[in-house]
Amino acid sequence: MTIEEKHQVLLQINGLHKEYDGTTVLDDINLSIHKGEVVVILGPSGCGKSTLLRCMNGLEKIQGGEIVFSGKDLTDKNVDWQNTRQQIGMVFQNYDLFPHMTVMENVLLGPVKVQKRDKAESLEQAEQLLKRVGLFERKDAYPRQLSGGQKQRIAIVRALCMNPQIMLFDEVTAALDPEMVREVLDVMLGLAKQGMTMMIVTHEMGFAKAVADRIIFIDAGKICEIATPDEFFSNPTTERAKQFLNIFQY
Amino acid sequence: MEINWAFIVSNLPLYEKAAWLTLKLSILGIALSLVIGMLCSVILFYRTKGLVRLVQAYIEVSRNTPLLIQLFFLYYGLTKVGLTMSENTCAIIGLAFLGGSYMAEAFRGGIESVSKSQLESGLSIGLSNFQLIRYVILPQAFAVTLPSLGANCIFLLKETSIVGAIAIPELMHITQDLIGIYYQTFEALLMLVVSYLVMLLPLSIALTWLERKVRYAQFGN
Repeated sequence: MTIEEKHQVLLQINGLHKEYDGTTVLDDINLSIHKGEVVVILGPSGCGKSTLLRCMNGLEKIQGGEIVFSGKDLTDKNVDWQNTRQQIGMVFQNYDLFPHMTVMENVLLGPVKVQKRDKAESLEQAEQLLKRVGLFERKDAYPRQLSGGQKQRIAIVRALCMNPQIMLFDEVTAALDPEMVREVLDVMLGLAKQGMTMMIVTHEMGFAKAVADRIIFIDAGKICEIATPDEFFSNPTTERAKQFLNIFQY
Repeated sequence: MEINWAFIVSNLPLYEKAAWLTLKLSILGIALSLVIGMLCSVILFYRTKGLVRLVQAYIEVSRNTPLLIQLFFLYYGLTKVGLTMSENTCAIIGLAFLGGSYMAEAFRGGIESVSKSQLESGLSIGLSNFQLIRYVILPQAFAVTLPSLGANCIFLLKETSIVGAIAIPELMHITQDLIGIYYQTFEALLMLVVSYLVMLLPLSIALTWLERKVRYAQFGN
């Protein structure tokens, strides 16, 4: 039985087309992501992989095709993005914690102000998640007092506190010092093991291999290859993917 | 030269009363100008259709006409077309009209200093536009803007020295009266200078303190 049959589809992308001022950046993207699946998107810089992620939560408008998330058509004009975004967690390359708030205030803003959840219950969840990423002691610190890796782990907690159905990771280790990359990737791997549905854009090939159920290789705005990590890394079928992987081998 | 201390002492209550009036007009004018400035800057930032041009026109008119002329227009001009307001109301509106554009420009600078990725980060956790302004943009913009907001407050308070032109017994006005009546020019002007310092020095110090406090979260020390 394949992964496709085992789980229900959470996110379905059909014929997605995206352009900036007449320049096509994503063309005819078709992809379905199943509950609990971890999909890693690889590709050269500027190929459109980050843009694809940003289309999923409406930070970018698309010009064609459809995105169906949890049964809802996100290309519908009347889509409630505020509500939808609560179910789609996103973590960015530059962390983007709110610099004027402490760690705890950052983490609680969504649950308390957006979701109007009970403060005590939110606090308990936030504390648990902070403990899980090893940063409970820093709950009263301001972002400027944290290292890059710590900030990124807090950013992950902030997204998780919304209890999202899917997490999007946009090159979350690209701005980090090498020794901090590991601590962030470990958190993500932990999430994957717990069954979180994830879409990850990364340049960390070793991590991609370890965490992915499927690799999506994008080049020049098109999906070139979809494969399991084993297939992709040992035996890529397209010439473009072979070239791409060669760059990472010294 | 001999300073006439008796004159100073006997006129202290007059200055005290005028100073309170100056403060009252300033506080109301400044508060209103902050509200106007904030609204205008948000409109400019979001390029709200229909309102942007209106705000831009307002800012140009406000910044390119002297307060004295704005006051005359409000007090002597409008009454001719049937809109009569009390002197104090005119002074407050005048200050707010002038200050609003300065505050708007200051806020705009602050809002534009908040990076686009901060906005996206806020949107990604489901904040509404209003919540984004309230929790993410304004607090950060405020910290950056505070020095220029403070300068504007001090500027507006000083500008009240001309509202006497529409017959308001504020500090400048009573000083001119005293000089006219008693020829105690030096004493009257000395009291005027001291009155402004007594009002403005604490304000300056309070602003510096507030600046440090607000900056702490974001920038440290």
